[in-house]
Amino acid sequence: MTDLLYLYIFMLAAFVGYEVISRVPVILHTPLMSGSNFIHGVVLVGAMYALGHAETPLQIVLGFLAVLLGAANAAGGYVVTERMLAMFAPKKPKQLPGDSNAERGA
Amino acid sequence: MMWLVNGVYLVVAVLFILGLKAMSSPVKARSGIAWAGVGMVLATLVTFLIPGMQNLALMLVAIVLGGGVAWWAGRVVKMTDMPQMVAIYNGMGGGAAALIAAVEFARAEVHGPIVGTLAVLGSLIGSVAFSGSVIAFLKLQGIMKKAIRLPGQNLINIALGLITIGLGVWIVISSVGVGTANPVLLVMFFVLSLALGAILTMPIGGADMPVVISLLNAFTGLAVGFEGYVLGNPTLIIAGIVVGASGTLLTQLMAKAMNRPILGVLFTPISGEAQAGGAIEGSMKEMTATDAAALMRYSEKVIVIPGYGMAVAGAQHKVWEMAKLLEEQGVEVSFAIHPVAGRMPGHMNVLLAEAGVPYEKIFDLDEINAEFPQTDVALVIGANDVVNPVARTDKSSPIYGMPILDADKARNCIVIKRGRGAGYSGVENALFYADNTSMLYGSAQQAVGDVIAQLKELV
Repeated sequence: MTDLLYLYIFMLAAFVGYEVISRVPVILHTPLMSGSNFIHGVVLVGAMYALGHAETPLQIVLGFLAVLLGAANAAGGYVVTERMLAMFAPKKPKQLPGDSNAERGA
Repeated sequence: MMWLVNGVYLVVAVLFILGLKAMSSPVKARSGIAWAGVGMVLATLVTFLIPGMQNLALMLVAIVLGGGVAWWAGRVVKMTDMPQMVAIYNGMGGGAAALIAAVEFARAEVHGPIVGTLAVLGSLIGSVAFSGSVIAFLKLQGIMKKAIRLPGQNLINIALGLITIGLGVWIVISSVGVGTANPVLLVMFFVLSLALGAILTMPIGGADMPVVISLLNAFTGLAVGFEGYVLGNPTLIIAGIVVGASGTLLTQLMAKAMNRPILGVLFTPISGEAQAGGAIEGSMKEMTATDAAALMRYSEKVIVIPGYGMAVAGAQHKVWEMAKLLEEQGVEVSFAIHPVAGRMPGHMNVLLAEAGVPYEKIFDLDEINAEFPQTDVALVIGANDVVNPVARTDKSSPIYGMPILDADKARNCIVIKRGRGAGYSGVENALFYADNTSMLYGSAQQAVGDVIAQLKELV
């Protein structure tokens, strides 16, 4: 029964994903891709679980790498998305020409 | 304690879905990423509370190190380099998913054929997303310049794919009852999966890259979802599968915009060598910035078509400055954006938004194509394949059938371009040879700067 419940979760999540994006204007495609890239950064939680239950040196090394990559996915995905979306702010503070100031709206 | 952890995980899943939904509206998009961010922090914090967790100090080090470096890199990178940053962070997520499966196999915790199948599938997809994204990053960053195509590429892909899947099946069958498989088998499987991702991505060139990044993003989502099942964590399943489904849809939208079926992108990539023929008659006409400025200054309607060349030169601020100068003179200026202009859909919109161009001046292909015949000047800035009329006429061309912006139908066409070479796809552009087209050579930054200077003289 538990397996079946998980299958339901799979199915419903797939529909949610499909629904959520089907009404997105083209201008948000790149930020949205970046945003979904951030959301699968939750793999960090799984990686933490794996490292938390690792015992042998091999398991620990693999788990450590998993947490390292997962954290990078989550943190990097957030910053990049936030910087992109900052540009859609309705009223932005004065922005100097140049890329390095893009995150000012954050 | 587990009730608290599970309760928070549930809230996190809700936050992710609400966040993603908000991100699909320009007004609420920024609150969307904030919601999802809160969810991520909650999920991470509460995971420390799971009873029986070990290696906590090591875990903290890995989070601070991995998260810190990525945070820093994400903040300092230029807006134009965003596509490859998305690619590399995505690859890391895929790698993390594959490593989770590796740990579970090492712990002999993969019990039952369903768990085994999903663990193996997650590893395969995650590894492909990892190595594929690394290649995509190297290409977009300009470190790997050429599309590398092995002889008999498609056969090698298929053979490698079948062998890897075969190994995967073997691992699933042999893990039933023992919860793990022969280490040699596992190592071979991971190595082949990584090789598969690299070899699939290497021959893919230029114009197809956005589709590939989007596809790999969807792959990572699926891998995360599958490993979520292996770990019995519904939040991972929900977040992963939602991303997998939305990413697949996004990939389809992009592939459709380019008129290239996804399988076609993967197995018959556009490559420079393939079109030696198809030489175009006529010659390119050069024009000066002075002429370009005068032509646009005395026009009624100008449509700007930005492309990757504008992004590379970081010229979006200059372009908007020029547009404002023209508008002060009563010229109507709009921006036309091809769905795959740049390296990712929406890339140009982000850059123009950064420069301060209002939404209502930016138009999609469908909205603006009918207006070109009534337009005095179509100004193409660093775009190439997306305005190549060959896509309408030449059935032998690899880009035949791709919808394009009809710049050639405008009364005049000015093309700002660095040199005479062919586009990123390697296809010669018939537009550049048309009678009503003039070329303004130079980087977008410099050429538009010159035009601005000339416009100011004309006032």
